[in-house]
Amino acid sequence: MAKSKVGEVLFAPIFENNPIALQILGICSALAVTTSINVSLVMSVAVIAVVAFSSAAVSAIRHHIPSSIRIIVQMTVIASAVIVVDQVLKAFAYETSKQLSVFVGLIITNCIVMGRAEGFAMKNGVWMSFLDGIGNGLGYGMVLLFVAFFRELFGSGSLFGFELMPLDRNGGWYNPNNLMLLPPSAFFIIGILIWLIRLNKPEQIEEA
Amino acid sequence: MPQRDSLAGTFLVATVLCVVCSLAVSAAAVALRPLQDQNKVLDRQKNILDAAGLAMGEFGKPASQLSLDQIEELYGWISEKLVTLETGQYNADLDAEKYDPREAAKKDDLSIEIVDPAFDIGEKRREKVSRIYFVKKPGSDDIQQVVLPVYGKGLWSTLYGYLALKSDLQTIQGLTFYEHAETPGLGGEVDNPRWKSQWVGQKLFDGDGNPAAMVAKGTAPADSDYAVDGLSGATITSRGVTNLLRYWAGPDGYGPFLGRLRTEIASATSAESTSASESTES
Repeated sequence: MAKSKVGEVLFAPIFENNPIALQILGICSALAVTTSINVSLVMSVAVIAVVAFSSAAVSAIRHHIPSSIRIIVQMTVIASAVIVVDQVLKAFAYETSKQLSVFVGLIITNCIVMGRAEGFAMKNGVWMSFLDGIGNGLGYGMVLLFVAFFRELFGSGSLFGFELMPLDRNGGWYNPNNLMLLPPSAFFIIGILIWLIRLNKPEQIEEA
Repeated sequence: MPQRDSLAGTFLVATVLCVVCSLAVSAAAVALRPLQDQNKVLDRQKNILDAAGLAMGEFGKPASQLSLDQIEELYGWISEKLVTLETGQYNADLDAEKYDPREAAKKDDLSIEIVDPAFDIGEKRREKVSRIYFVKKPGSDDIQQVVLPVYGKGLWSTLYGYLALKSDLQTIQGLTFYEHAETPGLGGEVDNPRWKSQWVGQKLFDGDGNPAAMVAKGTAPADSDYAVDGLSGATITSRGVTNLLRYWAGPDGYGPFLGRLRTEIASATSAESTSASESTES
């Protein structure tokens, strides 16, 4: 029982209960940081770390949190975790942190983090909340990487920064699709992803 | 222990939480500060080396791919000086180690208001004193290049960069931007090495000494000494680059300093030829 639950908590958010695709949370940052895979990867790791540790921390003190200030307590824990992650990135991944700029700080306002703290960590144990955080972070990261794959490939002709399709402005043949570099393209790609997931899992379709 | 939902309990939890969280945050900030500062300095040095073309010239690759030792070796060629922009004189009053031009631009006493400039860089104030860099070959006192920090607004953000000039103070050796938040793939292409390489050898001033370097709209005319190709899909970023180059090269920017340095270099070369003839006599 316990074992199957660990797997469920960890892996369900990736496809079955994906925070972006099903719960439609955290869309904002998914638009902003997905122009290249490397940046998305670092952003995903940052979000996984924040969700996991803030959920664990909130869960650890859940019996002591007065209900009147529970939201602000969660926010404080989340904000602290985000600042620590931001500081670590600035120290050890300076180049990427420059590209992510303000979006690391904006993890605080990412609904996924708050949603998991309020929706799961307040009712479950520390270890489960930690796993739930990792699972949801992975689900978020999966969507981010999916979007970034297409945006980087068609927008910059490269993957992970390696040039696959030489751009015409660099003397190659590929005329990049500039729309892919602008935020609206992420909407289309996320939309297509949601459609694909629901095609395979019709039970996710909401009743009109 | 007071009740969880009582007033006292609420205050207690809030206080303890705040103390614990602030401790964690400050511990991270303090412990990682040295590493972060080191990163910042290193990043600045790399960008100066790139603007001056030293990393490419000596090791054949951009500074971001050099080892720490190689950067330290190359950066040994570079000396820093503070310059008062208005007069063009070196400034010895400020602590050159600690002085931060970007901080100074925000302080009323260390900056001046930009009023009605010929070329708008989109900023309201700029610092009075700037830090400039000389490139000299090891063991030589001749100035090879001067590297000037420049900045100005693009579309979304202020572009911060370095402009490297050859010793004639007219030919551009390189232009790099180390910080901006323009749209990746459009305005963000100011980072593109191919685009940046067009600047090498362009002239900063026209025949009358007015700043003339510019980013063309579309393809630059092949016979132009002053223009590079525009960034496609990034009209406003391109215009911003033109404006910031011309502002900083002009009389409100480094104009006085460049004028003074030009006479200094000219007299140094003539003095050198006389002293060389003297030393052969003795």
